[in-house]
Order: sequence, then C-alpha cells, then structure tokens
Amino acid sequence: MKSVKRVAQAGTLESSDIMIIVEPGTNGLRVDLESIVEKQYGQAIRKTITDTLKTLGITDLNVKAIDKGALDYAIRARLVTALSRADIVQRREDQP
Amino acid sequence: MTSRRSMLFVPGNNPAMVQTARLFGADVIILDLEDAVAPSEKDAARELVASALMAIDYGPAEKCVRLNGLDACCSEDLVDIVPSHPDLVMLPKVNRAEDIISLAGELDRHERPGQKRIGILAIIESPQGLAEVHEIANSHFRLMGLLLGAEDYTAMVGSTRTKEGAEIAVPRALVVNAAAAGDIESFDAVFTDANDEEGLLADTRLAKNMGFTGKAAVNPRQIKTINDTFNPSPAEIEQARRIVKALAQAEKEGSGVASVGGKMVDAPVAKRALNLMNLARKLGLAS
Amino acid sequence: MINYLGRDVPDYVEGYGKVKHYLGAFKTVPEGTAYGPPIKAASPRRSKFYPNLTDLFKGLGLKSGMTFSFHHHLRNGDQVVNMVLDTAAKLGLNDLAVSLTAAFPTHAPMIGHIKSGVVTSLRTSGVYGPLAAAISGGVLPKPVIFHSHGGRPRSLKSGELKVDVAIIAAPTADDRGNLSGAVGKSACGSLGYAFGDADHATHVVAVTDNLVDYPLLPASIGQNKVDHVVLVESLGDPQGIVSGTTKVTKDPVGLVIADLAAKAIKASGLLKNGFSFQTGAGGASLAAAHYVGQMMREAKVKGSFALGGITGYMVDMLEEGLFGNLYDVQSFDLESVRSMSRNPNHVEVSADLYANPFNSGCLVNDLDAVILGATEIDIDFNVNAITGSDGVLMGAAGGHPDTAAGAKMTVIVATLLRSRLPIVVDRVITATTPGETVDVLVTEYGLAVNPSRPDLKDRFVKAGLTVKDIHELKRLAEDLAGVPEKLTFDGPIVALVEYRDGTIIDTVRAAGQ
Repeated sequence: MKSVKRVAQAGTLESSDIMIIVEPGTNGLRVDLESIVEKQYGQAIRKTITDTLKTLGITDLNVKAIDKGALDYAIRARLVTALSRADIVQRREDQP
Repeated sequence: MTSRRSMLFVPGNNPAMVQTARLFGADVIILDLEDAVAPSEKDAARELVASALMAIDYGPAEKCVRLNGLDACCSEDLVDIVPSHPDLVMLPKVNRAEDIISLAGELDRHERPGQKRIGILAIIESPQGLAEVHEIANSHFRLMGLLLGAEDYTAMVGSTRTKEGAEIAVPRALVVNAAAAGDIESFDAVFTDANDEEGLLADTRLAKNMGFTGKAAVNPRQIKTINDTFNPSPAEIEQARRIVKALAQAEKEGSGVASVGGKMVDAPVAKRALNLMNLARKLGLAS
Repeated sequence: MINYLGRDVPDYVEGYGKVKHYLGAFKTVPEGTAYGPPIKAASPRRSKFYPNLTDLFKGLGLKSGMTFSFHHHLRNGDQVVNMVLDTAAKLGLNDLAVSLTAAFPTHAPMIGHIKSGVVTSLRTSGVYGPLAAAISGGVLPKPVIFHSHGGRPRSLKSGELKVDVAIIAAPTADDRGNLSGAVGKSACGSLGYAFGDADHATHVVAVTDNLVDYPLLPASIGQNKVDHVVLVESLGDPQGIVSGTTKVTKDPVGLVIADLAAKAIKASGLLKNGFSFQTGAGGASLAAAHYVGQMMREAKVKGSFALGGITGYMVDMLEEGLFGNLYDVQSFDLESVRSMSRNPNHVEVSADLYANPFNSGCLVNDLDAVILGATEIDIDFNVNAITGSDGVLMGAAGGHPDTAAGAKMTVIVATLLRSRLPIVVDRVITATTPGETVDVLVTEYGLAVNPSRPDLKDRFVKAGLTVKDIHELKRLAEDLAGVPEKLTFDGPIVALVEYRDGTIIDTVRAAGQ
C-alpha cells in the first residue's frame, strides 16, 4: 500500500486546466471537486481521478480539485504530477 | 523537400493550447518543454505533454517535443516523452556533433522494441553550433533537420536583431548549406512580431528563396502565411511536371539524357523536380 | 403539447395564459388591425418638463399594476431603469410589468424590486448577469417572456404588449421632447429600439441628462411623440454605454472559425455586387467580417448594406466603400456613434424596420448573409441563444431569430467545445431559433450544412471546402470531451420563448441554485 507523505499540488486555474491538491489520508479515496462543468462532467471527473489512483495502487488519499473544464488527459497528468510532487508516484523509469 | 513547411511552437504546460494545436494547419507541432515552461513546472509540463501525445489526435501533423538542453533536464524529459511516441524530438543549444550522437544514444536506450524510430531536429543557436554546423548536419541518421535559433544566436554574438535580418544572412546561408550537404531539412528562425503580417510574408519569402525547406512559428496566426509561401507555386509545379515527363520519356527511349526546352536536365534538377512533384501531390496541389 | 419543433410546451401557463403554439417559421400570419394608443393633445403653453422622477410619477398619477418600458441602448452603463424602479418603490407602487429590450449586470438591483413585489413580470430579448441567474432560480412570480428584436415591435403593433409608460433614456433632449442619442455625455448613437415605444405608449417620457435649447435638430424622436421630459443628473456610466474601439479577435481559434465562415460565404456565391451582410460584435463574428472585407476588396465587390448592431469595424468598411450604407439599430462603440451623426449613408433605423415580421417589409428580409453565435446547436440545427449548457439563462435572442429567418444564408459560428462542453447536442435545452432558418454551422473543427440546403453543400464542395455531417461534429466533440451527462429540467416554467411571430416556441424551466 502506498501513501502520500506530504501535501502537494499541480495544475493552474487557467481555462481548460485543473488544479489538484493531494494530501495524506487514512480513510480511503476522498475527492472534493469544484468544477465549472459539474452538472455534465462532475461524475466523469471523479471517476477519472479515482480510476487513476486505483491503477497506481493508491488506496488512501484526500484530493481537492478545482476544475476549469480540463479534458481527461489533462486531469490525469495534473494528478500524476501532484502525486509525484508528494513523493508517492515513482518516476516512470523506476516503474515495472 | 518534404511537406514540413511550417512548425508551430506550443507552450507545453498550457492545456488549452496543447489540445487546440492541430487546428492551425502546422505541418509539425512542437510541444515545448524548454523556454515556454518555468523551471518549477518542468515536471508538470512533461507529464501533460506525455499525456497529450497519447490522448490527443493531432491529425496529419507530426508530433514533436522540444526537450530541455543536454546541460539541463533533457534526460528526465526523455524518460517521460519517449514512451508517448512523438514523431520527433527537438534538441536546443546544439553545439557539436557529439550532442546529437549522445541524444541518439539516449533514444536508443529508451525506445521500446517495435517503436517507430524518433527523429531529431537540432536548433543551431550559438556561435559554436554554427561553426560546427556541417559536422552536426552529418552527425547521425536520426537527424532530420536544422532550425536556426536567431534570437539566442544574435544575443550571443552581440549583433542587433532587426526585422530585415541582415545580421543573420550568413547564419541562414550556413544552416541551409549544411543541411543541403547533409541531405536533411532546414528551418528558418521564427519571426517574432505576430502582428506584422507583411513583415512575416517578406521574411518567409526570403527564407524560401534562400533555400530553407520550412519555417518555425510561435503564433498560430503565422502558419497560413508560412504554408502558402512554401507551397510550390503553379509555375514551379508546371516546370517540375515537364522535367518529370522528360525524364520518363528519356528512360523509355533508353537515352539516359533528358532535356527540357533544349536544356539538359542534370541530376540535382531532376531530383528537385521529383521532390517538388511529390510535395505538390501530398498537398493536393497537383495530381 | 409537443409543438412543431418537438418541444414540450403546455397549452396554458400560469401567469401568462393560453399559449399560441409555434407552427413553423413562416406559418403564423397576422390577423386584424393594428392596436392604437390613446389619441393625444398638447396645448400650446403647457410645459412637458419635470425636474425629477418623483414629480413625474406624482404628476402623471402613475399607479401599481402599470407596464413600464425601457430600451437597452445604454447597455451595461444604464442607470435609468434602476432610478425609475427605485422611485416607483419609494412611492409605494407594486405589481409593475417591465418591458426592457435587454437586461445587463447593471440591472441587478431589479432583483430586490422583484423580491419586494414592485416588479412582477418582465419582457426582454435577453438577460445577462445576476438578474439572469435570479430569474433562472425562479425569483419572478410570472414567467419572463423572451422576444426577438423584431418580435417586440410586432407585439407593440398587435397590442399584446400595451405600454402605459415608455421611459426613453435620451442622451440629449430639449424641453419640448425632441430626442437624440448622437451627442451628450451619455451618447449612445442609435435609439432604434425605442421608436416603437414612442409610437405606442400611453405616456411617452424622455429621461435626459443633457437638456439643450429648443429646438434640438436633428432629432431621432420628435416632439410630436414625446409627452414628458425629465431631467436627471446622469443616465449612467459612459464606460458601460459604448466600448472603445471594437477590435477583431486575436484568439487563434476564433480566427480559424472566422476564416472558415468567410470562406463559406464566398463559396455560397452571395459575395457579389449588392451583397448585404450582418454580423455580431463578438470577437469571432467581427473577425469574420474582417475576412469577408478582404475578399470583397480582392474581388472588387461593392456591397449594398450592412445591418444590425454597428461597430467601428463596419464603419471602416462603409468609409472604404465596401458597403454603400449602414442600417444602425444599435451603436456599439464611439466610432459608430460619431459616424451615424456625420455620415448620411449611416442611417438610424427602428426595430420595426429592422426586423418586425409583420410589417410591409423589414430589412432582415433583404440580407444575403448573417453570422450569428450560439450557446448550443442541435443535430436539427435548432439554436439555443439564451440558456447555457446548464439550462441557466445567460444570453439573448436579440436579432438572432429575425436575421436567421430573413437572410439567404445563416451561418452559426461557435467553438466546438466551450469549457469542455460540446456545442453540438442531440437536443438544445432551449430552442430560440428554429433549425429550418439556419443553414451552416462553422466550428474550428470544420463546418456542417443543414440537409435542407443541398445547393449550399454543392457549392461548398465545389469550392474545395470539406463539409462534415453535423453528427460527425457532435461525435468529434464527444471524442474530445466525453459524453456529457444528460440534464433534465422539470422545475417550474420561469420563462417562455416567444418566436418573432408571437407564438411560443419553447419554455425555460428553473435551473441553477
């Protein structure tokens, strides 16, 4: 089981971007999302975030995300950057 | 001559621009990890560009990533970027042939079996790079072309950058010549004033007339002018068509010597005509 | 019932009454004779002048339940609506009906007057800002009626809209009621939307902050139509009334769209001598005008007229001779304000002449091409111009349905994704302009032609343009963004969308917080 050691953030509040803050958690995956497209894509964004975390084997984490209409590829990238800055995701070369 | 008329630089950490880059008709899209990205955001840009390369359909455009220099975080860039299958990577601040050989070695290490080989574009933007441009142009089979980086170059030699570009006449000629000698492509420097449409047109015409095969741009609005200028003109296509026809005729007759309008077609002219027809067909300008 | 466009519109709506259903863009025809206001008389020496609004209200005996009308030529700089409603509230009036040709963020104080019962109904062509969100949330007891710029003069003429007090914000006036928008610190150019009110209201009141010596000449609206003149300190904020120079967008995506829209207009074959054209003041629309202008120059085409809301950009085209005339129902910037007062070929027109379908011939009928925006467009080319993808009110019908119905070619320009949201949908949330009047959709990913116009498609293909199916554009958007969650709106009806012919084309249900 992997866990986040410290708070870290990635992304911006620019249009088509998403700002993601990750912090240590003990109570499963918690996603606190604020999105300008909440009604149409809120569930899809939460799923993208939790699916990415599960793929990486992360089970306990608090995620705060402020979304300005980011597409999935950008959401995944910002999440991975935040995790990497929090020392959870290893660099690609170290991954199996 | 290939169909790389225009290359568009796109800031690698800006999702809005990364995902709309295909809309402007650039032949090569350069997702930039170097100058357009703040040092503290290199990791984020790398991740975003890698993710975009896998997810975004860039249509017929070639996907290129401008890496950070060998003296900076180039190696870390490659770890993320190579698995995302760019068509090309662009190396800034190339000073010697060894730089290209070293990058090619890293690409060898990172590419997976079966992966399409990634080509290299080199930016010549220093006095030393220009002094060794011939060696660089002939350094490695991965190297596809040279781009002149005029802003850094003029700053380093202490010349004044002007709209007319007299100060880069020699660098331009050297890059064109080295690329021709190495049988690779040459790309002219960006024209930095995005609001000067006439200046861009004059600068692009000059580049084409000097022998550059294409030109880089920092603003999407510049792509149309560059493509239009580098498109073969109807007169060029017609002349090439005549030459190609004469070559075919000569071959049929087994003469080995073709002539158009009473002038013998020598090998370089024949090659240029064939290339031009290929380009015109690819662009839908000739059948 | 399910109407001609497939929209579910009840036969009866509380607070509105029996619904006349939409039957098709040109199916409903007028009946009967025009409604006339009371015949008026002014005795030779009686003053029309009031030093303030309170005196006006008391002098005219204005009462609860009356209908007040306003125009939106002062746009987001307007304070006249707020001043008048504040006065009404202060004097204890309530249950007022407001007809305001468009409402802006500056009109947010109306929310307070709605909550306190001073204002109970609203007719408008569009609402922007906090008032829009409040209406979407259901703040008004009666549904708002959204009309088009041509639909409003029609409803004045038919008597469906009976105005007790027409408040005409007049940047310059004399004390006998000659009015002009051309000069004054609050100059706004054309007063075109107010002309019909001056013809039809029981009390026609000019409110000015620039009272000049009699006679004010030339006057847009003459003393024979204005009953009262009120002097106030200021009509509003000049910064919000006219923008500076309106500029062509530099947004590269907007330019890609504009370039393609202009190419479509060229390929249509309409771009020849006598060409007539309308475009919005938005960045991409204006950029399209820029490219159309270039093409006219290259092909040496001399256009007939440009129409609608006028910007400095259109003024430049007039002065260059690309068009012979400008018809100005609304002046967007200082350049157009100045041009209209000094160039005889730049003419102020009423909303009736501009777009009323029920007169002897409105100008939109003579348009070759119009470029319009959209918040959504569906696979049947129906356009939503008044609610966002979340169903919340945010825009205006304006001249959209009128110009689309009149022009030979109607081009919708829109980015395929707006904040991730696909612009092309199966069904627009709110239909404001019917698909049968829309011909082409232009996005940054290509254009689609309404299947009802195979002739246009042929011309586009012959000109080398790639024509996509609108379903293909929808798929492309969803490939990029994912399929959005389908939203359903089953709350109370907060607005009715009136088509230009007076029928109800759609309803807007409560949405938002």
